[in-house]
Amino acid sequence: MHETDMTKALIYTVKNWWKSQPKQPRISQIHLIVGKFTCVEPASLQFAFEVQTRNTFLEGVKLVIQETPLIAFCHRCQQEYFPQIGLQYACPDCHSPMDDIRSGRELKIDKIEYGYASNL
Amino acid sequence: MHQTFNAALGINLLYANQQCADHNRSHFDEWGITCFNIMSSPGAGKTALLERTLASLSDELKIAVIEGDMTTNLDAERLQKYGVPVIAINTGRSCHLDAKMVAGGIHQLAQEYNPADFDLVLVENVGNLVCPAEFEVGEHAKVALLSVTEGEDKPLKYPIMFQEADCLLITKIDLAPYLDIDVSQIAANVWQMNPDVAIIPVSAKTGEGLEAWFDWVRRCFAAATRSQTSQHR
Repeated sequence: MHETDMTKALIYTVKNWWKSQPKQPRISQIHLIVGKFTCVEPASLQFAFEVQTRNTFLEGVKLVIQETPLIAFCHRCQQEYFPQIGLQYACPDCHSPMDDIRSGRELKIDKIEYGYASNL
Repeated sequence: MHQTFNAALGINLLYANQQCADHNRSHFDEWGITCFNIMSSPGAGKTALLERTLASLSDELKIAVIEGDMTTNLDAERLQKYGVPVIAINTGRSCHLDAKMVAGGIHQLAQEYNPADFDLVLVENVGNLVCPAEFEVGEHAKVALLSVTEGEDKPLKYPIMFQEADCLLITKIDLAPYLDIDVSQIAANVWQMNPDVAIIPVSAKTGEGLEAWFDWVRRCFAAATRSQTSQHR
C-alpha cells in the first residue's frame, strides 16, 4: 500500500526538521494537503501514520488532512471548472480537454504545529 | 503555559522519490540510454508486447529490461529467452515500482555490463492502473497499455495513468470484432485528459499495429538521444 511508503517519507521529513531545531519541540499536529486527483486515500494515510508512529517521538500527534478538490482551467473559456472524477474531464461548456489543472494534485506537508513544555 | 508555533514546510510527500527518479534519469542521460516506463492493469499484455518488441528490435537497438513484479520471476524468465539482460525486481507487497527500486536495478545492470553500450531500458512496471503513474522511476516516456477487453470507461476511472501517458497502446485489437467495444470511444475518453497522447491499436498475437509501435519507439529514442547529445556539448 503506497500510503505506507508516503507515511515513511512523511515521518522521515518531519524527523529531519525536528532534529534540526535548536531545541526539540513537542509536535502536536501535522497539517497535510492531499489533492483529490491523486492516488492517496486520506483514511489509509491516517491509519499508516498511527501505526508507524507508535512508540516514537510522534506518538499521539494528530494528522490533519485538508483535501483539495480537482479544479481545471479552460483556456478557451478563460474560466475554472470542476471536472467530475470518473465521468467528465473536458470543459463542460466548450469540451476542450483538461490540460491545465489548478488544484487537486497536491501531496504535501503544509505545516507543523508544535510547542515547548513550560518550565515549572 | 503552552504556546503553539507553526512551521511552514510546504514539502511534497513524493519529493524523495522524485529526487531519486531525477538521479536515475541523469544516469541514463549520461549513458545515452532512453528509458520507457511501461504500465497497465494486470493481463493487458505488457510482457507479450515486450516479447514482440525484443524479437523485432533487439538487433537494431541494444535493449535491457528492468522487470517489476510483486512476486515470482515468471515474466523475467519469459523475456530472458530473447537474449537481452533482464533485471528482475520483486516489489513484495508494493503495488508499483518506485525510483529507489529501479535505482537498484540500474546499479545491477552497471555492475554486470557497460551501461553506455545500451540504447534502451524498458521498465515493465507492476500490473496496476492506479498508482504507478504517480511514481516516476527515471523514465523519458510513459507507455500505457489498455486491452480491448477492459472497456472504454477505464480512462475515466483511472485518469492519472492515461493523463500521464506519452503513448497508449490499445492491445489485443484482434479481439475487437468479438466484443461490444468502441475503440473510438476509448480515444475520445483519453482525449478529455490527454489530447496529445499517441494512440496505437496493436495485437501481439497477429502483429497488427506493431510496426507503428516500433516506429514510435525509434522516434522517441532518436529525440531523446538528440536531447542527450546537446546536453553534453
